[in-house]
Amino acid sequence: MKRSILVAAMTMTTLAGAAAQERTKFEFWYGLTGDLGEVVANHCKLFNESQAKYEAVCTGQGGYDKAEQNTIAAYRAKQQPTIVQIYDAGTLNFMLSGAIYKANQFDKDYGLNVDWKSYFPGIANYYATTGGEMWSFPYNSSTAVFYWNKDAWAKIGKSEAPKTWAEFADDLKALKAAGVACGFALDGDTWMNLEQFSATNNIPIATQDNGYGGLSAELVFNKTPYVDHMKNYKAWLDQGYARIQTTQVGKNLVQAFADGSCASTITSIANHGTVKNTQVPDLKWDVAMIPVLDASKRTNSLVGGASLWVMQGKSKEEYEAAAAFLKYVTSPETGEKYIVKNTGYIPVTVKGFELLKSEGFYQDPKMAGREVAIASLTASAVGPNSRGIRLGNFTSIRSELRSELEAVFTGQKDVQAGLDAAVERGDQILRRYEQTYKGAALP
Amino acid sequence: MEKRATFSNLWLAAAFIAPQMLLVFVFFYWPTGEALYWAVTLEPPFGGSNEWVGWLNFETVFSDPKYWNSVRISIAFASLATMLSLVIAAMLALFVDRRLPGHQLYKFTFFLPYALAAPSVGLAFRFIFSPDAGFVSAINRVWPNLWNPALDGWDAFLLIIFAQSWKMVGYNFIFFLAALQSIPRSVTEAGAMDGASVLRRMWDIQLPLIAPTLFFLIVINITDSFVDSFGIVDVTTSGGPARATDLMVYKIYFDGFEGKDYSLAAAQSIVLMLLIIALTFIQFRFIERRIHYS
Repeated sequence: MKRSILVAAMTMTTLAGAAAQERTKFEFWYGLTGDLGEVVANHCKLFNESQAKYEAVCTGQGGYDKAEQNTIAAYRAKQQPTIVQIYDAGTLNFMLSGAIYKANQFDKDYGLNVDWKSYFPGIANYYATTGGEMWSFPYNSSTAVFYWNKDAWAKIGKSEAPKTWAEFADDLKALKAAGVACGFALDGDTWMNLEQFSATNNIPIATQDNGYGGLSAELVFNKTPYVDHMKNYKAWLDQGYARIQTTQVGKNLVQAFADGSCASTITSIANHGTVKNTQVPDLKWDVAMIPVLDASKRTNSLVGGASLWVMQGKSKEEYEAAAAFLKYVTSPETGEKYIVKNTGYIPVTVKGFELLKSEGFYQDPKMAGREVAIASLTASAVGPNSRGIRLGNFTSIRSELRSELEAVFTGQKDVQAGLDAAVERGDQILRRYEQTYKGAALP
Repeated sequence: MEKRATFSNLWLAAAFIAPQMLLVFVFFYWPTGEALYWAVTLEPPFGGSNEWVGWLNFETVFSDPKYWNSVRISIAFASLATMLSLVIAAMLALFVDRRLPGHQLYKFTFFLPYALAAPSVGLAFRFIFSPDAGFVSAINRVWPNLWNPALDGWDAFLLIIFAQSWKMVGYNFIFFLAALQSIPRSVTEAGAMDGASVLRRMWDIQLPLIAPTLFFLIVINITDSFVDSFGIVDVTTSGGPARATDLMVYKIYFDGFEGKDYSLAAAQSIVLMLLIIALTFIQFRFIERRIHYS
């Protein structure tokens, strides 16, 4: 079904193209799948219909990780696409690859006139090099927020979401006493548990400013307040306040929240639309900034999502076509507004945010609450601990920690022992990465 | 005068085998050579500056307790899944061989699972054995939390064993049935006339006579559980929870494709390859030779 729509769309654009002179074609690969993948495919179609000179040939790769793997394989076979959408965790590999056309250079060479200063600092800093240069174009961005069930909180006489973790712990206890079977849905995903927790509380994950200072960084999260945070999670599970919800259990975080079986969860703002579309009819809920340790010292949360990279080794004509495409998909009017309206992602520039606000986007009851994500991303000036994470092979480090958390949550391991093991193995991964890129300087 | 059909034209012979040699080279020796090269260097994802590191990748692999955990799990998985699948397949074949009513239909349906790709099997088993929503969730309603492969490593391990053996049952069944049907009827009939019961005839006559098939299937099943279980693990458990189902082949995939550590994955696949070669060699060389009835 999806494929036939795509094929139809492609044939239509091809026919239109044949009628209106030879168009310059270039390839764009994206990693988003499902509904979100269709939004990207449609973005391409809109671009192709908007002008007659260029044609974007867009191919979904079936997942963020697949998009990165396929691009690497294609580059090695000299068949790489001109533009590719790469997720946050792949940023360092691409920076060190020598296979990319730096975004800021591309902007200069092909006259895109990108207003780099307009990007929200939390987003710009995450994707920028240590020296502050942008080598890719932020495209779809999100951050983690707290989803809470208003009816459940009304049972304990509260109408506001908890602001600190201590307050949240009290609420969970009260919720349990008030007969709520599951106060909080959690899983082993490190993006919410470790990365957002550390950023919003100004706690380091690794030395060298979370890796921005160099490839010799070492993990430190087994010696920070993060340990106590995980001890709390474990205690909440043991006391029946919280529950593990993953796809393998049957319902993931979003499903468990949307059908009302768990009263709160922490997940990406990108799921805002999904919850609205799949919730049980009478569920009253809202989103809030995730709790912190000390409400007066909140720092900004981290961006998640993906950015667009231009690859090396293409012809001038293809780059000109790519430039037109990038201009189209990153401008506030035709780019950000389109993405924000059709998904749960947030605008990436101040201009895009202002544009949406001026059009009353956030007054729409279906969209209300999404501005919380912007507030969370801009909660403070970006500091060394809230800038981002630039660690080699971070996907594997996440997986190590995830495995250890699974062991901890199911009681096979003590919290401290689990985190110590994750740090030890994570450091080995970092050293291997450092050795693989021996002699390469971190940009 | 010697009467032997030989090719005096070596070039012609070479031309005949060239396509096959080319295929073997392109699909076996070349990738293996590349993997060997990566295993002794450090290969950055995008290629470029490989550095010679000798045995470092192998040392990293062998000094990693998680790797040995993965080896243990893989061996346990291969033996249990093979055993379960062979026992069930042998039973089904023995009964179909007795030409019970409807045996033609069974013959056809029992083979079907093998026609499914491993990921589809995994997907089906994920739904059926899902603790909240699957058919098996009925068990959890009676005994809460008895079955939860998402949290309990043993349950997850059992789940992939079920899926793998279910997939292989059909294949094993066909081979067993063919072997059973090639046993001369007179042998079992003689047993029956001597007063041996059905079960006794199965145990003392039919099973020993199909032993060569049995050992052939053991080799095929073990090899398949080592290399083809990836699809099942990837779809049902992703190696979790807490690495309880982190089979060797899944670990190779994860380290190589998710972790982008091509050299570490290459070293592991060399080890796996040697292990499979050794297993096959031992089984064909020592076990199959001893089983010989004529």
